[in-house]
Amino acid sequence: MRLMVKVFFRESEFESPGNITIRELIKGLGLNPQSVLAVKEGNLVSNETRLGSEGEIKLISVISGG
Amino acid sequence: MGVHRCRKCAADSVINMPQHRLALCAEHFMEWVEKSTLDFIEKHRMFEPEDRVLVAVSGGKDSLSLWRILSKLGFHADGLYIDLGIDAGCAYSKRSAEYVRKFARTVSPGVELHVLDLSSVYGRAVPEMAGRRAGGRKKLCSVCGLVKRHEMNRVARELGYQVIVTGHNLDDEAAVLFGNTLRWDVEYLVRQAPVLPADDLGLVKRAKPLARFYERETAAYAIVSNIDYIQDECPFSKGATSLRLKEVLNSMENGSPGTKLQFYYSFLRARQKGIFPGYDRPALQACEKCGQATGIPGLCAFCRLTAPEKATSPANCG
Ligand code: SF4
Ligand SMILES: [Zn+2]
Ligand SMILES: [Zn+2]
Repeated sequence: MRLMVKVFFRESEFESPGNITIRELIKGLGLNPQSVLAVKEGNLVSNETRLGSEGEIKLISVISGG
Repeated sequence: MGVHRCRKCAADSVINMPQHRLALCAEHFMEWVEKSTLDFIEKHRMFEPEDRVLVAVSGGKDSLSLWRILSKLGFHADGLYIDLGIDAGCAYSKRSAEYVRKFARTVSPGVELHVLDLSSVYGRAVPEMAGRRAGGRKKLCSVCGLVKRHEMNRVARELGYQVIVTGHNLDDEAAVLFGNTLRWDVEYLVRQAPVLPADDLGLVKRAKPLARFYERETAAYAIVSNIDYIQDECPFSKGATSLRLKEVLNSMENGSPGTKLQFYYSFLRARQKGIFPGYDRPALQACEKCGQATGIPGLCAFCRLTAPEKATSPANCG
C-alpha cells in the first residue's frame, strides 16, 4: 500500500509517498535541508519526521536575501 | 533514525540543531531561544533593562520574532517601520506594513509602533531616490541601506531611544563576513560586530540580539510562536549576492554541522583580540544639514541624496 500525502511548496502543490521522511522529501526536491522547514497540520515538525498517511505538509523557505 | 526526543521533556522534538547537539519540543525551543537571546544581550552588553529600545521591523520573520522576544523578556521595546515605497507590481511595502501593524496590536500592551513614510517626509521613496537609470538592483539596494540607516538613527535620536536593534541572524552575518573576507575588505571587517557603540556625533548604539541564531531557528521561532510574517521577499532581493553566499555556507553546513557557527564565532573572537591593528576608523565630521557623522566635509550621503535639486523622475521597478 502506497499512501500519498499532499505537499505545498511556494506556489506549487503535489503528492508524495507518505513513508519517507521530511529530510528525504526536501532532498528529493533538490533543496537544502538547512533552508527549508516543514509544517504539518499547522505544527512545526523536525526533518526526521515521516510524512505519514494523512494530512498536508507545507514547506517553508527560511532564507531571506537583500 | 527516528524523531529525536526533546532534551528537556522527552516529547517529540520539532527542531534538531546538530551544531548544538540539541533537539527540542516547541515549548522548550521557545524557552531556549528567549534565554539564549538574553544571554547574548548581556554578554555583548547590548542594552540594560532600563533602556528604551527601538526595534527596526520589516514585517519579516526575524524582526517580528525579535520584537516578540524582547517584549517577553520584559524590555521596553517599541517598533519602527520605515515605508520604503517599494511596489514593483506586488505592493511589497504596503503588504509588509499590514503585517507589522497587525503584529504590533498583539505584541504587548503599551508598546508603540512608529511608522515613517518616506514619501510623505521627503516627497520621494527609495525607488525614486535611486533614480530611474541608476544601474539596477545594486544601486537601489545601496540607496535603500543608506536611507534605512540614516532614518533609523534620526528617529531614534529624536525620540530618545538608547539603542536601535535589528533582526540580523547568524546566516546574515556569516554571509556578510564571507563576502568581506573574499574581498579582504578590512575596513568593513573591523566594523562588523553584534554591537556598535554610540559616538559623540550622535550615532545611536546599534545591536543585533539574534546574531547567534541560524536563520532556520529564527523562522522556527516565528512558526512555533504563531507570528504571522510576510514570507515573500523584497522583489529586489532576487539574485542578490548575499543569497548565493548563504547557499554556499548552507551546503557546507550540511556536510559538517557547525560550520557557519564556527566561522562567525571564531571571527568575533579574533576581532576582539584585534586581528587588524592599525585599521582605525577614518575621522568623521558632522553633516552640515542633519548633524549625523560623515566621512567628507559638507553634506552627508543621505542629505546629498535628498537635496531638492537632485530630484529625479520615478523609477520603474516593475
Ligand atoms: S532587497 Fe529590497 S529591502 Fe533589501 S536593500 Fe534591496 S531594495 Fe531594500
Ligand atoms: Zn520539551
Ligand atoms: Zn546629513
